[in-house]
Amino acid sequence: MTESTMKPPKKALTPVKWMREHLFSTWYNALLTVVVGYLVVTSVGPILNWALFDADFLGADASDCSGAGACWLFIDQRLNFFIYGFYPDELQWRVDLMFLLLAVAFVPQFIERFPARKWFGIFGMTGLPVIGYFLIPGGLFGLEAVESTKWGGLMLTLILAYIGILASLPIGILLALGRRSEMPIIRGLSVVFIEVWRAVPLITVLFMASVMLPLFLPEGMNFEKLMRALIGITLWQSAYMAEVIRGGLQAIPRGQYEAADALGLGYWRKMGLVVLPQALKLVIPGIVNTFIALFKDTTLVLIIGLFDVLGTVQSTVTDPAWQNVAVEGYVFVAFCFWIFCFGISRYSQNLERKLDTGHKT
Amino acid sequence: MKKQTVDSKPAGPKPWYDPRVRSLFFQVVAIAAVFWAGWTLVENTLSNMESRGISTGFGFLEETAGFGIIMSLVPYDATMSYGRTFWVGLTNTLLVSVMGIIAATLLGFLIGVARLSSNWLVAKVSLFYIEVIRNIPLLLQIFFWYFAVLGALPSPRQSIEVGGTMFLNNRGLYVPEPLTQDGFGLVWGALLVAIAAVVCIRIWAKKRQLATGQIFPTFKVGVAILVLLPVLAYFVAGSPLEWEVPALKGFNFGGGITIIPELAALWLALSLYTASFIAEIVRSGILSVSKGQTEASKALGLSNGLTLRLVVIPQAMRVIIPPLTSQYLNLAKNSSLATAIGYPDLVAVFMGTTLNQTGQAVEVVAITMAVYLTISLSISLFMNIYNRAVAIKER
Repeated sequence: MTESTMKPPKKALTPVKWMREHLFSTWYNALLTVVVGYLVVTSVGPILNWALFDADFLGADASDCSGAGACWLFIDQRLNFFIYGFYPDELQWRVDLMFLLLAVAFVPQFIERFPARKWFGIFGMTGLPVIGYFLIPGGLFGLEAVESTKWGGLMLTLILAYIGILASLPIGILLALGRRSEMPIIRGLSVVFIEVWRAVPLITVLFMASVMLPLFLPEGMNFEKLMRALIGITLWQSAYMAEVIRGGLQAIPRGQYEAADALGLGYWRKMGLVVLPQALKLVIPGIVNTFIALFKDTTLVLIIGLFDVLGTVQSTVTDPAWQNVAVEGYVFVAFCFWIFCFGISRYSQNLERKLDTGHKT
Repeated sequence: MKKQTVDSKPAGPKPWYDPRVRSLFFQVVAIAAVFWAGWTLVENTLSNMESRGISTGFGFLEETAGFGIIMSLVPYDATMSYGRTFWVGLTNTLLVSVMGIIAATLLGFLIGVARLSSNWLVAKVSLFYIEVIRNIPLLLQIFFWYFAVLGALPSPRQSIEVGGTMFLNNRGLYVPEPLTQDGFGLVWGALLVAIAAVVCIRIWAKKRQLATGQIFPTFKVGVAILVLLPVLAYFVAGSPLEWEVPALKGFNFGGGITIIPELAALWLALSLYTASFIAEIVRSGILSVSKGQTEASKALGLSNGLTLRLVVIPQAMRVIIPPLTSQYLNLAKNSSLATAIGYPDLVAVFMGTTLNQTGQAVEVVAITMAVYLTISLSISLFMNIYNRAVAIKER
């Protein structure tokens, strides 16, 4: 924009004029404003009182909670369990280190002008899982082994979501390519795989993974529960991922495919060098949205007996030592998820705006 | 120099470079791999089941179930078969899905429109609702309603009374049950006649409008007929309806209709959660209709209501229907979270208790997955038919 082009003049509104325009423009709008305003005011007051002014933050045990407001003390006391599950106290630095690396890899993605932020992202997709693979379970390089049954809380939620999305990405790409393949049998197999997984609820998939997978495998070969859940989640997620990527593949104009053919590229080079880079860039927002959905769905693993962050809270709120802390517990979990999901969805919306080149019809 | 023969065929590619040969080869390999994997799975499963002493086949469906279910739409007791538990679970799943779809659609459209309201407060409250609800896991919301809200209700003896006929406590909501007496058939008959009459009026009004341009108030007249005729029949037949009011018997209420807290919590959570997604779909659908359309219809002299009904909504529906379908599918699939709070849906009853008692995992899981596949496919089919009806018609 040159300096000579001027923006339209800003409408200067006094508060009274603004209110007349936005709140009381017609008689029914005025009525609506009054009714909704009354409801908001009468509900916000008690909620604030409960959550902040009458709440108890400090103390040592349940007797320090007055009961007039929220007992945040409960969260404070059990925070360790909610974040690490049964992970041994003295080894928690490993998990902390992973949290730190996760932040190092992904916080730059939110900052537009961060130098070399692409490489931080690539580290998050490749180096981070490898480090995590050695660090969290231990057992190698003199690190004490921690069984997966001891993992839990927020850490487990993040592990499930992260591995679920990373592992489902390549399978999803293959399935999407398969669905658009010219070979009828490959296409048919991909369609059946995708549609069957997408039609069944995740809970049946998890049930199947925990009950039936041991039946399918040859005798003597068995995975631990977490691994079984991960297999189920990954297969289920890859079907959704395939559909997202297929959308991107369909959005690439035919000319690109034909140009690649004309250059004499084979199938895999055509896809890998020409089509997929463009298609994947187009569907990053879609992939992020799938990730948010998966992140929320990881709570379902508590039904097959894994202790994710909701599982740890659910198992604690029934503790007779604390009375009526269910709401506090749920609000805490809701807050954890909300922060992650809202932040990521804002990120994806930004990205969508940036990738929208205005060429769409 | 050798003279080139004119009729010599150009040398074809080597067979392993021929795309057709390659594609045939890959497909044969794919088929072989799938068959090998399937065969190995079946082999493994059979040998595993034999070593664990699990029987196979669908004979278990005839055996006596021997466990009670807290809620069933079809008659059920513990002496009935496992096959019957399947129907109980299926009907309960369908019940909560249909209830959820209706409530989520109504609420979602309301909030989606409110989000675009010119009223600042209403728009912001809707935005707050959408952003909070859709970023919190559904399972957490179900737990919240079930354990934190409905679990905190008073016991049956201290029930909350509504007008002396409805009672709310931690065992559920008790409402009077209508019992039809002799002669109620007349009311049903009147309703059928009314529906037929409305259809006829609609056809006639449309014909007249096309011929003369005069508009007949079909909607108002239709509602009047639909309400008045059955009410008239009701009084002519001598009020053949009695209400069975629930009453406190011992420790709990008896009589009337009971809405168990599991159903209420699941229904609330499913509807509120899905509504937040539907609201966003509706908003983007309405925004997708270009302003020129509204202005054109204003220029034609259509009123606000007619602009909305004849110009904006039909075009917005084209954008709304496909994502709305997947929300309905999600809701139906998410109803399986019932198992976490013990609402007896298909997963909880059939894949839970029945599977645990019989141990026949393969058959039970296969049946359950087939059911969800059928539900999903029928919702897509139904919505596709509707989508075709509203889709853009290009000539």
